[in-house]
Amino acid sequence: MARKLLLEHINVPGINTLDVYRQKGGYRAVEKALKTLTPDEVVEEVKKSGLRGRGGAGFPTGMKWSFLAKPEGVARYLVCNADESEPGTFKDRYLMTHIPHALIEGMIVSSFALGANTSYIYVRGEMMPQIRILERAIAEAKNAGFLGKNILGSGYDLELYVQPGGGAYICGEETALLESLEGKRGNPRIKPPFPAIAGLYGCPTVVNNVESIAAVVPIINDGGDEYAKIGIGRSTGTKLISASGNLVRPGVYEIDLGLPVEEFIYSDEYCGGIANGKRLKATVAGGSSVPILPANLTLKLANGEPRLMSYESLSEGGFATGTMLGSGGFIAFDEDQCIVRNTWNFSRFYHHESCGQCSPCREGTGWMEKVLHRLEYGHGKMSDIDLLVDVSKKIEGNTICPLGDAAAWPVASAIRHFRDEFEWHVKEPVKSLN
Amino acid sequence: MLSTDEIRRIDHEIALVPVRKAASIEALKIVQHHRGWISDESLQAIAAHLGMSAEELDSVATFYNLIFRKPVGRNIILLCDSISCYVMGYEQIYAHLQALLHIKFGETTPDDRFTLLPNPCLGSCDHAPVLMINQDTYRNLTNEKLQEILKEYK
Ligand SMILES: NC(=O)C1=CN([C@@H]2O[C@H](COP(=O)(O)OP(=O)(O)OC[C@H]3O[C@@H](n4cnc5c(N)ncnc54)[C@H](O)[C@@H]3O)[C@@H](O)[C@H]2O)C=CC1
Ligand SMILES: Cc1cc2nc3c(=O)[nH]c(=O)nc-3n(C[C@H](O)[C@H](O)[C@H](O)COP(=O)(O)O)c2cc1C
Ligand code: SF4
Ligand code: FES
Repeated sequence: MARKLLLEHINVPGINTLDVYRQKGGYRAVEKALKTLTPDEVVEEVKKSGLRGRGGAGFPTGMKWSFLAKPEGVARYLVCNADESEPGTFKDRYLMTHIPHALIEGMIVSSFALGANTSYIYVRGEMMPQIRILERAIAEAKNAGFLGKNILGSGYDLELYVQPGGGAYICGEETALLESLEGKRGNPRIKPPFPAIAGLYGCPTVVNNVESIAAVVPIINDGGDEYAKIGIGRSTGTKLISASGNLVRPGVYEIDLGLPVEEFIYSDEYCGGIANGKRLKATVAGGSSVPILPANLTLKLANGEPRLMSYESLSEGGFATGTMLGSGGFIAFDEDQCIVRNTWNFSRFYHHESCGQCSPCREGTGWMEKVLHRLEYGHGKMSDIDLLVDVSKKIEGNTICPLGDAAAWPVASAIRHFRDEFEWHVKEPVKSLN
Repeated sequence: MLSTDEIRRIDHEIALVPVRKAASIEALKIVQHHRGWISDESLQAIAAHLGMSAEELDSVATFYNLIFRKPVGRNIILLCDSISCYVMGYEQIYAHLQALLHIKFGETTPDDRFTLLPNPCLGSCDHAPVLMINQDTYRNLTNEKLQEILKEYK
C-alpha cells in the first residue's frame, strides 16, 4: 500500500469541517510553524523536502520561495493557482471539494514562510461549489483564530481571499492569472521578470499550485527529510494523479513517485486495467499539454526497462520516445480510439484557448485545427501531414508562454508515433471515418 | 443605470482591491447575475462606475467565457467537449441534446429556457461525459438521464 499524505483522511465523514479536520491532526503544522519555527526555517524544510511544483512545470518549490525578493516596505503576496482546467486534470478540484482545510492550512504556513500578509486563492470560475466550500472553510479557520490578526499570539497577521476566475484556460498560466487578479484580460506577461521579483501589482509574488501548497502541511509536520525519503531520485514525495479515459477505475490516486506505470494502469489498487477487456493503444500521461505515447513506450523505456511515474522517467528519451509528468492528468486510449480524431480535439481546444497575443500561436493553432479536421473528415492530402509537422515546429519555442508549445507537442508526437494512421486517413477517407 | 443593490455590491468588491479597475470582472459578474447578460448600456454604466473606458472594459468582458455579451436563456448548459468526455461519448450526448432542445451550440431555445454552449474540461473527467447547468454538474451522462435532468430546469 502506498503512503497517503494528502488523501489519508479523504473518506472520513465530515473531514470538510474544521472540527473533524482537527481531530485528525489538522492545523498542527500551523501551530508548529508559527510557534516554534522562523519563516526561514519553514523555507528550509521545504527545500530539504525536494518538493517540486505540482502545477506541471516541476520547478523546486523551496528554491522558488528563496528567490522571492524582499525589498523593505513592499508587500509580498502568495497566490494559489486553483485555475485547474488542463483537460484530463481534476486532482486540485478533488482536494478542494473534500479536504478544503488541507489547502487553507497549507496557505497559512506558506504565507508565514514568505512573509505575506494578504494571500489569494484564484479558483476557476466554473468551480462555484468549490468556491463556496473554500469560503466556508476560511470563515471556520478565521473563527478558530487561524486567520486574521496576531494568529495564535504569534504576532503574524494574514487575510486570505478567494478570487473566482472568469472562465479562460490561459488564466492558469501564472502571469495571465496575475493579470486577471488585477481585473484585466488574461494575457500572459513576458518572463523574466518572474513573479518572484515582480508579480501582483508589481510586488514580489509566489504562485503555487493547490497540491504544492497542500504538500507543505505534511512536510512541516514530519520534516523535509522524511518527505524526501519518499519517491525516487529528484522526484520526491507523493503525487496526485487524475486518471481518466478507457480505464476500469478512473479517479484521483495518490501515488509514491517512482511507481511503475504498468502497475498504475493494471493493478487493482489503482486503475484496474483497460475497460471492457480492451487493449491499451496510447496514453497522454501528464494532461493534454504533453506528448502522446503509444502503449509500448508508455510501459517501457526505449531500452526495455520499465517506465516509472516520475519526472525523470516519464521524460526519459526526450520527445523521441518520452513524454512528461506535467500536471499528472493521465488519459488512457484503448485500441478503438482514433488518434487523428483525438488529436483534432486537442487542437480545437488550444485554438479556442489561445489568448491571441503571439501570431505563431494564434495562427498556428487555427491552422492545425483546420488541417486535422480535413484529415479526419476525409478531405486530407498526404502533404497535410508534413504541413502539420511544419506548423508545429514554427510555433514551438516562438511564443510568450508555453501554451504554444502545449498545442504543438500533441500534434508533433501523434504524427511521430502514429504516422501510418494519418496516412491511412488520406488513403482510405471513407473507411477511416467509420 | 446601475441599481442601488448593484452599486452596493460592486463597491464592496472595490473596497477589497488597491485599484478600482481590479474589481472589473467581479463587477461584470454582479450585473450579469442581476440581468442575465451584459448589454452595451450595462457595460457603459459599469465602466463609468469603475473609472475606465467602455472599450477597455469590453476587452475584458469578451475575454472571459463566463461573461455573456449577448442575451442568453434562463438556464445555461455547458457541455464538456474536451478529450476524456470526447472519448467517453460526448457526441452522442450532444446529438441527444440537439434532438431534445432543437438548438445547436451558441443558440437559445425560442422560449428562452436554455442556452447551449460547449465548454472545455469541467474537471470531472473520471465520470465522463459531463455537463453543467447553471452551477450544477452532472456526470456519467446517458440519454435517459439527460431527459430527467432537463426537467428540473424551468
Ligand atoms: N495544472 C494545469 O491545469 C496546467 C498545467 N500546465 C503546466 O504548466 C507548465 C508550464 O508552466 P510555466 O509556469 O510556464 O513554467 P515555468 O517553467 O516558466 O515556471 C514554473 C514555476 O517556476 C517559477 N520559476 C522558474 N524559473 C524561475 C526563476 N529563475 N526565478 C524565480 N521563479 C522561477 C515560475 O515563476 C513558475 O512559478 C507546463 O509544463 C504544464 O505541464 C499547463 C496547463 C494547465
Ligand atoms: C497555459 C497554461 C496553463 C496553466 N494552468 C495551470 C493551472 O491550471 N494550475 C496550475 O497550478 N498551474 C498551471 N500552469 C502552470 C503555472 O504557470 C505555474 O507554473 C504554476 O502555477 C506554479 O505552481 P507550482 O510551482 O506549484 O507548480 C499553467 C501553465 C500554462 C502555460
Ligand atoms: S503562446 Fe498563445 S496563449 Fe501564450 S501568450 Fe502567446 S498567443 Fe497567448
Ligand atoms: S474532459 Fe470532460 S470533464 Fe474533463
